[in-house]
Amino acid sequence: MTENFSKLADYLRFDFVRNALIVGVLIALCSSLLGVTLVLKRFSFIGDGLSHVAFGAMSVAAVVGLTDQMALVLPVTVISAIILLSMGQGSKLKGDAAIAMISVGALAVGYLLQNVFSTSTNVSGDVCSTLFGSTSILTLSKGDVWTCIILSALVLAVFIVFYNKIFAVTFDESFSQATGIRAKAYNLLIAVVIAVIIVLAMNLVGSLLVSALIIFPALSAMRLFKSFRGVVICSAIISVFCALIGILISIVAGTPVGSTVVVTDLAVFAIFALIGVVKK
Amino acid sequence: MALLTAQNVTLGYDNTTVVEDLNFEVNSGDYLCIVGENGSGKTTLMKTILRLKNSLSGKIFTGEGLRQNEIGYLPQQTEVQRDFPASVWEIVLSGCLNKCGIRPFYSKKEKMLARENMERMGIAHLEKRCYRELSGGQQQRVLLARALCATSKMLLLDEPVAGLDPKATAELYEVIDKLNKEYGITVIMISHDISAAVKYASHILHISHKPLFFGKTEDYVKSHIGQAFTQGGQGV
Ligand SMILES: Nc1ncnc2c1ncn2[C@@H]1O[C@H](COP(=O)(O)OP(=O)(O)O)[C@@H](O)[C@H]1O
Ligand SMILES: [Mg+2]
Repeated sequence: MTENFSKLADYLRFDFVRNALIVGVLIALCSSLLGVTLVLKRFSFIGDGLSHVAFGAMSVAAVVGLTDQMALVLPVTVISAIILLSMGQGSKLKGDAAIAMISVGALAVGYLLQNVFSTSTNVSGDVCSTLFGSTSILTLSKGDVWTCIILSALVLAVFIVFYNKIFAVTFDESFSQATGIRAKAYNLLIAVVIAVIIVLAMNLVGSLLVSALIIFPALSAMRLFKSFRGVVICSAIISVFCALIGILISIVAGTPVGSTVVVTDLAVFAIFALIGVVKK
Repeated sequence: MALLTAQNVTLGYDNTTVVEDLNFEVNSGDYLCIVGENGSGKTTLMKTILRLKNSLSGKIFTGEGLRQNEIGYLPQQTEVQRDFPASVWEIVLSGCLNKCGIRPFYSKKEKMLARENMERMGIAHLEKRCYRELSGGQQQRVLLARALCATSKMLLLDEPVAGLDPKATAELYEVIDKLNKEYGITVIMISHDISAAVKYASHILHISHKPLFFGKTEDYVKSHIGQAFTQGGQGV
């Protein structure tokens, strides 16, 4: 145990480790905030679809050889969020099927592109790291870190300023709209913020595990807390805690960062679910 | 000029017509009950009044200084709300949101209004409780308090007593009646319960794909359609 701690202390002297912790905590914080809304508005499917789209965009960016992949991935994901949302809402297109098509399609195209055009010798390794985020959080550049800090600050600011509106629209869209709140516009805002969070979170856990990072803390918090505010605050704490623990464990034990974080989230969920059952 | 006027309104979805040629008006202080069997278009009418959907033709408009966003509304309960983690306080307060404009947070005045309306509805002691753990009757009062935060003029209620036990039903009717008589709030209520409609409402609108009756309750009771409906075992 002490040996592990001194190992940890050693690691903490490295810049890349500190960067990983800062970015990890910020991403975890942001991604937990909208988890409740995502679960309760039945937007989970959009989250899933978007993460696949982001994977596709990432592959394209990699193949084209963009140095700043964010510049492509972020706008593509945001635009897809807007499209997916408007398809989900009362249009004649069958929303579910369209979303499944887009998300699986993006996945296939992404993999194909990486396979055919990649110059790297380790294609499946590259694909794996985009999907599961294996080590990308430990190889962040200064630019990545700043992008991450700025986007997180934006997400946080939007969430705080629109907190009451997000609550009202999540709880009862029709009532909000009937009493003069622009529910459609706020839905759009929520979808765009979710897209930004997904792109951010891909750095930490890769595209396949993004939904888990967003949803698990909220689900855990909902087992114990009974007010919206309580759930939001609790899921933020859980998410940050799990990200810290997950990253530290993965550094010490050499496990993949993304899945370690998500498994930590899962463990917390199990504990909370148990407490929830016992309390009843 | 009335608070709410419907002129030659046709309601429906895409190309299917649900109700044709509706004409009615609601004046300040009225208590209008909309009755009709399942699927006759009552909820559709309510959604159209609230501008949640468009009418196929004709127009519905507000008057006497009633603005569109000053219509409070008690929806038929949706799936989402059942497992929603929210305290009574958070929900009631959210009714004040249309008074905030672009201001992100609630002011003292709005918090006072929320508190006042919780007292009016007799749910002040439930403030910190979780909405999903309340009884059906309590939940409806919470939603009523929220609606009252959004308006002091007009309330639209879509089958507010559905699923409540007889005691909670009677209590809710009394509360709604009090809002109408004591606080002068105009009420439009959709109901299956014809006996309660006749007892409380000042006006009745009976629809069944076309309007069968619109007028004062005492005239409705004397009319053919009213007699058939009130005595035909339709009242639950
Ligand atoms: N979203 C919708 N799209 C198409 N038709 C609908 C929709 N909602 C309701 N309808 C139809 O409109 C008719 C009236 O429904 P509704 O207004 O809910 O009746 P009520 O509230 O009186 O029971 C029904 O025949 C129903 O099938
Ligand atoms: Mg109905």
